[in-house]
Amino acid sequence: MTLTETHPRGAAAPGPDGPDGSGAQAVVTGIGVAAPNGLGTRAWWRATLAGESGIGPLTRFDGERYPATLAGEVPGFDPAAHVPSRLLPQTDHMTRLAFAAAREALDDAGVDAAALPEYGAGVVTAASAGGFAFGQRELEALWSRGGAHVSAYQSFAWFYAVNTGQISIRHGLRGPSGVLVTEQTGGLDALAQARRQLRKGIGVLVTGGVDSSLCPWGWAAHLADGRLSTRRDPATAYLPFSADANGHVVGEGGALLVLEDAAAARARGAEVYGRVSGYAATFDPAPGTGGAPRLRDAAALALADAGLAPGDVDVVFADAAGVRADDVAEARALAELFGPRGVPVTAPKTMTGRLAAGGGALDVAAALLALRDQVVPPTVHVAAPAEDCPLDLVTTARPLPLRTALVLARGRGGFNAATVLRAPAG
Amino acid sequence: MPEMSIHDLTTLLRECAGEDESVNLEGDVLDTPFADLGYDSLAVLQTTGRIERDFELTLDEDAVAEAETPREYLAVVNHQLTDRSNA
Repeated sequence: MTLTETHPRGAAAPGPDGPDGSGAQAVVTGIGVAAPNGLGTRAWWRATLAGESGIGPLTRFDGERYPATLAGEVPGFDPAAHVPSRLLPQTDHMTRLAFAAAREALDDAGVDAAALPEYGAGVVTAASAGGFAFGQRELEALWSRGGAHVSAYQSFAWFYAVNTGQISIRHGLRGPSGVLVTEQTGGLDALAQARRQLRKGIGVLVTGGVDSSLCPWGWAAHLADGRLSTRRDPATAYLPFSADANGHVVGEGGALLVLEDAAAARARGAEVYGRVSGYAATFDPAPGTGGAPRLRDAAALALADAGLAPGDVDVVFADAAGVRADDVAEARALAELFGPRGVPVTAPKTMTGRLAAGGGALDVAAALLALRDQVVPPTVHVAAPAEDCPLDLVTTARPLPLRTALVLARGRGGFNAATVLRAPAG
Repeated sequence: MPEMSIHDLTTLLRECAGEDESVNLEGDVLDTPFADLGYDSLAVLQTTGRIERDFELTLDEDAVAEAETPREYLAVVNHQLTDRSNA
């Protein structure tokens, strides 16, 4: 069965991608990646399909002093190779990673930023804590040596909007821009905000998220969250949907994407990875009020936004909390929507750890390449889902005919988001 | 107290704020505006903080802000260095 037979999506179909009547249809034409299991889209995707994990002992600082010692660190990153000298003294590690991903995405899309109208392109990224490591260093300087020793660049290098601003300045993308702070849903929420700007007539958006907080200050915050795995074996630390789940591992990195209107992309002959066809966000009821979590509602609303039914979805990229109660809740939401084991589900973040604002964006990149290559990347380290998680969990790369992918994310504090991606039209 | 030279200043600028790839700081840059050298006001502020620490000076904030070129900036710094050694 092909989706084309069940749900004709030809040119005659009303445009679910442009319910505001603008007719704009958001497509992704460029991908840039910085991930713990690969720097650059090609290296990361190869490792992801091969099931190669980037989780290991912390090297950025001495993790042995903390209960949790594992993380996903982006390998082989040489800042000087990706960041101009002028910008090195004023950038945190996560901004440097974002520079690399933004450049890769723009190059991949073949977009010449300098040739665009002055306000015709914008930047919308997601972030969590901004440049945490930079901020820690300057706070240390403040308390140990005094205010005269604090960098003037602390004024913005720590700030959660800094990646958007730096990318905007470096590439001359002066159109509507912004930042979203919704923890792990940020990557999806940013993509949706970029799509809104596209519908308002902005021609090109750089969007997604790249995050890092691998410093003692950031680690203290992650530990306080209470959901970090304290296991020391990278193969057993982060086991979402497993009966043996024990919390999650934190990683750094993410993805940035170039979003354009389909017609404009076609007109300039750009290669299209896929369409951003649907999106929705919901918020959980306050704890203790008895309401049910609303991840399923986000997924259902995103499908409605795309004009699709659950049966149209070929693969789900799960949030994959790695915390038993949250895993069971997500599995239940998926079973209610798709039926028990009703759709292939995967969590390539088992190879990277949870990337905060970068997580949803990297999952979108993975979903788009899955659609391109017609293969579902694996969930690693999980032998089989728990009995109370009735999922068709993909644990080795699985070739499949793929037209539609659903990406789910949950952010600490009650955020839920869902994004529907479809293979290029035609 | 020796005066600060253009070489001292460009070395500190480079350390504090990096170096624009299109600019040759070894060339004759005494009268080139900081903006043309790729240094914005924050870059100059960062470098000023470093000079104040290294030389144990407190530079005249307004005079530093008005200095648009390395020559004007060095005049402010060296004026205060001279004042101090004469005090």
